[in-house]
Amino acid sequence: MAQRTRTEQADRIRHLLETEGPAIHAHASASNARRKETYGGTDDLESLRTDARAIKEDAIDRLPDLIETVREAVEENGGTVYVADDAADANAYVADVVEGNGPADEAAEPSVVKSKSMTTEEIDLNDALEAEGIDVTETDLGEWVLQVADDTPSHIVGPAMHISRPEIADLFNERFDPDDPFETAEELTRFARDHLGEIITDADVGITGANFVVADSGTIALVTNEGNARKCAVTPDTHVAVAGIEKLIPTLSDLEPFVDIIAKSATGQPISQYVTMLSPPTDSPTLDFDAPDEPITAGGEGVADGTEAADGTGDADRDFHLVLLDNGRTDMREDDQLRETLYCIRCGACSNSCANFQSVGGHGFGGETYSGGIATGWEAGVHGQESAAEFNDLCTGCTNCVDACPVKIDIPWINTVVRDRVNRSAEAESYDFLVDGLTPDVEEGGMDLGKRFFGNIGTVAKTASATAPVSNWLADAGPVRAVLERTLGIDRRRDLPSFQRKSLVDWFEKRGGEAVSKKRAVGSSKRTAQADARDGGADVDREAVLYPDVYTNYVDVDRGKAAVRTLEALGVPVRVPDLPESGRAALSQGMIATADRQASRLYAALAEDLDAGRDVVVIEPSDLAAMHREYERLLPEDSYERLRDGSYEICEYVYGLLENGADPDALSTGDGSQPVAYHSHCQQRTLDLEAPTVAVLESCGYEPETSNAECCGMAGSFGYKQEYYELSMDVGERLAGQVEDAETVVASGTSCGDQLETLLERDVPHPVELLAPGGHRS
Amino acid sequence: MTVDTLGRFERALEGLEVGFERVAAAEASERIETIVEHPAVGASLPFEGASLPDGVTTEPTTAEIEAARTGVTPVAFAIAEYGTVAVESTADGVEPISLYPDRHVAVVAESGVVPNLSAGFSRLADGFEAGRDSVVFATGRSATADMGDLVHGVHGPGNVDVIVLEDR
Repeated sequence: MAQRTRTEQADRIRHLLETEGPAIHAHASASNARRKETYGGTDDLESLRTDARAIKEDAIDRLPDLIETVREAVEENGGTVYVADDAADANAYVADVVEGNGPADEAAEPSVVKSKSMTTEEIDLNDALEAEGIDVTETDLGEWVLQVADDTPSHIVGPAMHISRPEIADLFNERFDPDDPFETAEELTRFARDHLGEIITDADVGITGANFVVADSGTIALVTNEGNARKCAVTPDTHVAVAGIEKLIPTLSDLEPFVDIIAKSATGQPISQYVTMLSPPTDSPTLDFDAPDEPITAGGEGVADGTEAADGTGDADRDFHLVLLDNGRTDMREDDQLRETLYCIRCGACSNSCANFQSVGGHGFGGETYSGGIATGWEAGVHGQESAAEFNDLCTGCTNCVDACPVKIDIPWINTVVRDRVNRSAEAESYDFLVDGLTPDVEEGGMDLGKRFFGNIGTVAKTASATAPVSNWLADAGPVRAVLERTLGIDRRRDLPSFQRKSLVDWFEKRGGEAVSKKRAVGSSKRTAQADARDGGADVDREAVLYPDVYTNYVDVDRGKAAVRTLEALGVPVRVPDLPESGRAALSQGMIATADRQASRLYAALAEDLDAGRDVVVIEPSDLAAMHREYERLLPEDSYERLRDGSYEICEYVYGLLENGADPDALSTGDGSQPVAYHSHCQQRTLDLEAPTVAVLESCGYEPETSNAECCGMAGSFGYKQEYYELSMDVGERLAGQVEDAETVVASGTSCGDQLETLLERDVPHPVELLAPGGHRS
Repeated sequence: MTVDTLGRFERALEGLEVGFERVAAAEASERIETIVEHPAVGASLPFEGASLPDGVTTEPTTAEIEAARTGVTPVAFAIAEYGTVAVESTADGVEPISLYPDRHVAVVAESGVVPNLSAGFSRLADGFEAGRDSVVFATGRSATADMGDLVHGVHGPGNVDVIVLEDR
């Protein structure tokens, strides 16, 4: 079963890479670049994000009360609120409203115009209305293109992002057969405006979504650039707004941070063209295009002639229905892990910032309705875990979306949790014995073998190192690669890591351990002290525990040695104890119980060093990210804080030493203008740790140029997996293209380095290897 | 309101490719006449001393709205930071008049130009308390990139001008 699914998935991804990838990448990456620029230019961005999140936390907490509040407010305005349990309930209600407001001639089809709404996509409202003989037209241009093409949205904000202009032109030329074939976006848009304009003026009912619903005034907020939401809401005299219950916010003032941030996060615009705040029924006169010669102010029973609606303000002809959809949201609210999903304002920033999404789009990275990073939470909540399982693995946990999300949702964590749940729901398999010996995890049998293998990579590496080089020869042999591919899904095109017989820990011990390190550090200090006496610098008095992560310890031992030499040269004695795994590998596979156990073991192993005031120095950024981010969920608060505050990324630590008086001349320095292309690491960037490495390289005489590609695409085990190999390479090529002209390329993460070495066919060391005394690989 | 606020508003509108004019109330009618393309529809201006030019049809029919090339309306206030105008839903049809024709000419009192979104929300809250609780923040011209390139004026106006009436 696993085999066929993997191949099918690989085929599907390859197809999307070829067909939809180029258009998606062009649009999503442009939106992402604009978002970054706009975020960068917004002084109060962090307080906006903090405010927005706090409002959502509070609103979801008080949700049942807010539903009652909005019901009262809307009824007082003269409208109706209907809370629908599920899709069928909502669809039946909307169909009833439409039929009750249809044309006077009962034989004629009632007609509906819609403004884009993902919530109505979620419940398949169009299909349900059409099954009742109701004519439905989407008026958002992207959504209308999809309707004409009989396609589905591939992006929360730009639903037709995957279709290029020439494809739209072909589609429209074939469908509408114009006298002069459409070619330009201008021509297509004009045609759409005229065509949809007539449909809107003839429609019986307008249906919109709602970006936000202000409970205490019964105001719905619609955020658009085109203006169609305004037309749909105010042109027909009946307006139905369909919104998830999570769209409720308490008061008008709570709307402000969202109005300020939603366009910035979605498209990088400072504000959207139209932020429509309607407390329907509105005072606007109804427009009866069937009576073209009646003044609009006289046609209705509106305020103009003195007959007013229930609240004394709205036009009496106007009818408004707010349909609040539950469809699993109440359960999500009760779920400690999925609750955050309800804070989502559906701006699509997580999609745009995601390297994998940029390559395959929402048809690969999405479920029945929602797409992109946050879609896992939505799909698991509203359509069930199976829908989320289909694409959940496309989240590599790079955390680019964490910085992008305007309400600070920990999207990678939601993906990890859902992955864990999907793992647990699987049936036990006959191949489990294959990995059982290598997998001292606490997971149940039945989960994907490849995941169990990678989740226990520490044990695998230890065994492989102990049996190296035989294990390496074996692993490279054709028949073995075939077995690895068939059983574990490890793509045979990918070079496997080459395990070193002598681990970093062994090397350090053999070298004389802590005692020798101390001597070397003291020697450096003395030299520094002599220099200090001349120029008045300060002395450094620290001790470091270098964390031997799996790759540094067994595979990329050189970068570990370079780190040791660098620290000693700056006067810091080092210990390299044999320490437990961080749990990063397990987390990546969604094995939370295993990661939890490993986090506790690692903390226990480090507690004494932390108590003794020693600094924990970490080379692999993803391990540091586990300690600084995920451990908050795995360790008691005090333990988490103590480890977080006492642990540093290697170059960040070197930066601190240099800032405190250590002498960069003790390191390998450039000539002041030596160019270096530097690829940080996605999680390292989220932790704001790119800058220290850049600063260190600069103060050591290099001229670093940083890459801005989202990700290397390798992402730990992701690039090894057969179904994702091509996607991994597609993402990687974007990065490689940025750095290929540089003479020296350095990367902070093991995976990033591996991927770049494969793509560039040359050595890509860690920055610390460049800095270590004696230089790279000496 | 400070001169800075008005300058900021003007710069924001410039960035949005929206026209900006600052005139005395008594001259409003004349200046609007130079901007509108006929046929034009409008909603009466509630500003002392200011009026619409004769050729602008108020209390239009739906046919006149559909045929109009310009819609002239007052707006409740404007936000300098973003170049936003606040269009209210009123019984005399400000909302459809500002939305259907390809050109929208928005008239705002100088005292109605507030510096930033926060100040705009204060004005919005005042209006809500007074029962004016349906408002559109309109910024620039209707736009879409859904057909492959940025195009203006898809469902809403493709041209916008803002006229600020000087306070006396």
